[in-house]
Amino acid sequence: MSLLAFFQRLADSSWSIGLHESQYAYPIVESIHVWALCLFFGTVVMFDLRLLGWIMRSVPISEVVGRLRPWTIAGFIIMVISGSLLFFAIPVRSYQNIFFRGKMILLVLAGLNIWLFHSRVYPKVIAWDSAGVPPRAARIAGAVSLVLWSGILFSGRMIAYNWFDCDRQPQTALINFLTSCIPTESQF
Amino acid sequence: MDLLTFFEWCEQTAIGETIRNSTWLFPVIEAFHLLGLGVTGGAVLLVDLRLLGVGLIRTPVAQLSAAAQPWLLGSLSLQFASGIPLFLSEAIKCYYSIPFWVKMTSLFLALIFTFTVRRYVTRSGVAAGRPQLGRYTGVVSLCLWAGVAWGGRWIAFSG
Repeated sequence: MSLLAFFQRLADSSWSIGLHESQYAYPIVESIHVWALCLFFGTVVMFDLRLLGWIMRSVPISEVVGRLRPWTIAGFIIMVISGSLLFFAIPVRSYQNIFFRGKMILLVLAGLNIWLFHSRVYPKVIAWDSAGVPPRAARIAGAVSLVLWSGILFSGRMIAYNWFDCDRQPQTALINFLTSCIPTESQF
Repeated sequence: MDLLTFFEWCEQTAIGETIRNSTWLFPVIEAFHLLGLGVTGGAVLLVDLRLLGVGLIRTPVAQLSAAAQPWLLGSLSLQFASGIPLFLSEAIKCYYSIPFWVKMTSLFLALIFTFTVRRYVTRSGVAAGRPQLGRYTGVVSLCLWAGVAWGGRWIAFSG
């Protein structure tokens, strides 16, 4: 079964239709997504700024990690749950939405950045824990994180707009390729 | 001039008109507005989590507050600079939107609270001796800002 067929079946489920058509469920989940965004993105930004040596220079990095990370993780879990529900409410449209796809790619890159930071840079933190301005590798990880998460926020907000959606033709061939859209066969 | 007349005037402004006539302007400004919200969230949470005794508890409140302050003021400036044009483009809709008024009320209270009570509590170090006072301050601040974010998101669902 292709991904598209799978999401079409999801879209036909009563849960998906219920979430999509409910007057309050969708906006409530969306609001929770935004609240969790403040928690997740907010704590990530504060940590990245510390990595860049722009704020809290006298606070050890390990302390910032230890005290903020539980909140970052909690925010992330709520983001993933609420975000999955938002996707589940309109699966086919989200799957083919160009901004959703961009967001997913940026998410993978952000995950890669976190993995690189925690496997290569952070293990040696003991050497620069109290440094006001951390070494170059840590600063790069912070800057990359800021750029990627801002891009994720940006593209996430844009998912709401249907400029490049499959049911709005004509689109250029490139757009239809990027959204896996076959205009004549598209259905919602 | 009554309030509705003022809102009608806002809707007629050149800025409002330009944004309404553009496909891209509203979404792009809105995305920056969301970005600013995230940074405001971080700057507020850094201090409020500490006041609640669950954040960076080894760092004095006053020090965290000083670190967060430029980012709070900077992101709030971005919020005003992006939020006002968004409002001008749909002022009449906002006039009839309950979430808009919830947001404006929360925002008004949040700003007053942040720059009076919370400013005093975080700067004076008074919370160190009276953790209960710090906790109350953190809870009130978080609730007010949560109301601002909630109201803001729901403006799009209203009308």
